[in-house]
Amino acid sequence: MAYVAVKGGERAIDAAHDWLAEERRGDPAVPPLGVAQIQQQLGRAVNRVMAEGSLYDPQLAALAIKQAQGDLIEAAFLLRAYRTTLPRFAHSKPVDTGAMRIERRISAIFKDLPGGQMLGPTYDYTHRLLDFSLLDDEAVAQGPVAEAVPEAMPRVPDILGHEGIIEPDVPSEQEPGDLTREPLSFPAGRDVRLQALARGDEGFLLGMGYSTQRGYGGSHPFAGEIRMGEVSVEIEPAELGFAIDIGDVVLTECQMVNQFQGSKTVPPRFTRGYGLVFGFGERKAMAMALVDRTLRAEELGEDVTAPAQNVEFVLYHSDNIEATGFVEHLKLPHYVDFQSELQNVRKMRAERGTPE
Amino acid sequence: MTPGFADPVADSQACFRTILDVMARPGHVRSVSGITAPAPLCDAAAAVLLTLLDHETPLWLDPEAEAARPWIAFHTGAPHGASFAMALSLPDLTRFPAGTDEMPETSATIIVQVASLTAGRAYRLEGPGLRQPAVVRIAGLPDDFASIWQRNHALFPRGIDLILCAGNTLTALPRSVSVTKA
Amino acid sequence: MKGYNFAYLDEQTKRMIRRSLLKAVAIPGHQVPFGSREIPLPYGWGTGGIQVTASILGAGDVLKVIDQGADDTTNAVSIRRFFARTAGIATTTATADATVIQTRHRIPETPLREDQIIVYQVPQPEPLFRLESSRVETKRMHGLADYGSMHVKLYEDIARFGQISISYDYPVMVNDRYLMSPSPIPAFDNPKMDMMPALQLFGAGREKRIYAIPPWTRVTSLDFQDHPFRTINAPYPCGLCGATDSYLDEVVTDDTGGRLYVCSDTDYCSRRRGAAE
Repeated sequence: MAYVAVKGGERAIDAAHDWLAEERRGDPAVPPLGVAQIQQQLGRAVNRVMAEGSLYDPQLAALAIKQAQGDLIEAAFLLRAYRTTLPRFAHSKPVDTGAMRIERRISAIFKDLPGGQMLGPTYDYTHRLLDFSLLDDEAVAQGPVAEAVPEAMPRVPDILGHEGIIEPDVPSEQEPGDLTREPLSFPAGRDVRLQALARGDEGFLLGMGYSTQRGYGGSHPFAGEIRMGEVSVEIEPAELGFAIDIGDVVLTECQMVNQFQGSKTVPPRFTRGYGLVFGFGERKAMAMALVDRTLRAEELGEDVTAPAQNVEFVLYHSDNIEATGFVEHLKLPHYVDFQSELQNVRKMRAERGTPE
Repeated sequence: MTPGFADPVADSQACFRTILDVMARPGHVRSVSGITAPAPLCDAAAAVLLTLLDHETPLWLDPEAEAARPWIAFHTGAPHGASFAMALSLPDLTRFPAGTDEMPETSATIIVQVASLTAGRAYRLEGPGLRQPAVVRIAGLPDDFASIWQRNHALFPRGIDLILCAGNTLTALPRSVSVTKA
Repeated sequence: MKGYNFAYLDEQTKRMIRRSLLKAVAIPGHQVPFGSREIPLPYGWGTGGIQVTASILGAGDVLKVIDQGADDTTNAVSIRRFFARTAGIATTTATADATVIQTRHRIPETPLREDQIIVYQVPQPEPLFRLESSRVETKRMHGLADYGSMHVKLYEDIARFGQISISYDYPVMVNDRYLMSPSPIPAFDNPKMDMMPALQLFGAGREKRIYAIPPWTRVTSLDFQDHPFRTINAPYPCGLCGATDSYLDEVVTDDTGGRLYVCSDTDYCSRRRGAAE
């Protein structure tokens, strides 16, 4: 009989995993890739996995990248599934990006400003020519050592703030929400929206941010400032009563300055869009800042017409772990549902007298 | 202070299944074991608290049960509030959140200690979970409990859910069930 | 499993899910939002069902996992292994021996009993999602029991096709109050939900919703007096066991139109064949 019941699923799964492991290793004649190599030499991938995996741990992110063969969404998923099992010991105090130890800082709105422009390790002005010398593992020339950053680098929107020409950024007394504990509900506050965007897929945010520049909910953005560097993370244990420094994280922060017409009660002034991501993630921080601003359309009394202004649409579709699972679940068996559709269509065709 | 569950993972799972069972079959009486309650709580009430509460579940504690507060605080960490209530006699249900039409799940669950779940006044229960109307006997509820309850039941899908405890036995009355004098 | 709690989830997460389950049981058919966690399996592959199962499972339970009615489909195998590994509990393929049954897309043919719990994996808990994409709006509609748009959709089907065109995930009313997605089971299975002796729990991990139907609860499939609800099944007996009362899978046997219709419920089919021998 041609029909063989699908037995041996268990053996098939084991065999598939063994094959996968073999494929991951590749040609045994080539030295295996070390996690330290990934952490050191594929830093942008590590940063992206930490951001979308919502866990700041470069070594584990590198491990996940190795395990996932460089599939960054799969790697972020591995980190998330690990993260969710970790007990919570404390909540950090808000980090102070104003006190960031700057590695890069640029403003597109002032030619010069206190602290100056600082290019940092950027691809911006590289010519996108394949560098064939990298094929040969040539030694890399030592970069020049900068003098210590001489002065404080105030955040650019804060400079505008002194003039009152940009909306104030009032600290909230409320505890911020946490999407990893409480499901999304609406209206979603900006705290929760920013958390969702910070965990969101870089490609999704890029597309959404881009759409706002092409007229789908535009907000006339200027890159007020982008800064990247280390900030200290502090916790304040109840038994101590004062904050202690528990380590550093590298962050990229983008503050977009957006035009705003003003209203009957509010004089014309600039508004803000905010982006913050783990590691060096400038593209995502910028896209996030654009989307954050367009998601504020309703609160600022603007018409909500474009996809990037629709809070529900953006927040429900920005998470790539959710998206990849559901898109890919279509490869699971749907025999039963398809069979019911098949019988239904056959029946309707028969009743209509459609010839076979 | 008396200890909590001897085996927190297994005992709270077993107790939860008991609560789930009585919530799904209103009026059915089941028993719990493996716990020594702090006065003035009965064993079943203490087990329910340990099973369902933690620092994310605000609890209103009957002033009459104040002696049990340190035990509850130590074993559950529940802050003060009213998503759960632990009462030694039926409190005024209207003092507790009944949820909203869109979010009826935000209502309170009230754990009430009563004298008996096998003897006492007879009530007729009807609703989801019951194949046919059932008669239960409960001692220790107010005389007008049936009419108090019907006002709560009429709020459906809003409304309070009750877990009744006596000694080491418990049962539940979800808002979906109708209660009349039998 | 070393380094992980019994049944994978930590106790606080279990408590949160357990509280949601009790509210779900108290409000039959209402979708209760819950703080769904990431699970080491992808969203859409049963993470809601897994979280519900992990929160109710005890050492004495016997677990059956089916996908498309079968115990041996790869995702069913994978989920069964997950629990055997993280909870060390007994598993079975026999419907009658299970205390907890986790399912995707089917209800077993063997009638369930009062001492059993069935856990459905749900991809899309919102029965109104094809009619209204905003969850803010659908939540409002459930609050008001405003289900007119669903009746209009069904009526339009009848006008267009002469019948209701939904063949799976056929919407039901629970306890005459909530419109509910029965999950993508074939409409054939809908009548089994009505006055079922077993407790029915539904978990949607990605959409972060839990809902429930207590035992002995009225579950009706939406219909009209002149167009009553009908189930559809292939008009053949099972090619392996001869059953005429079970839902059939169609297996393509050659490329010239050859078909074999067999029970989708593998346990039911093999038991019948065993009894016949």
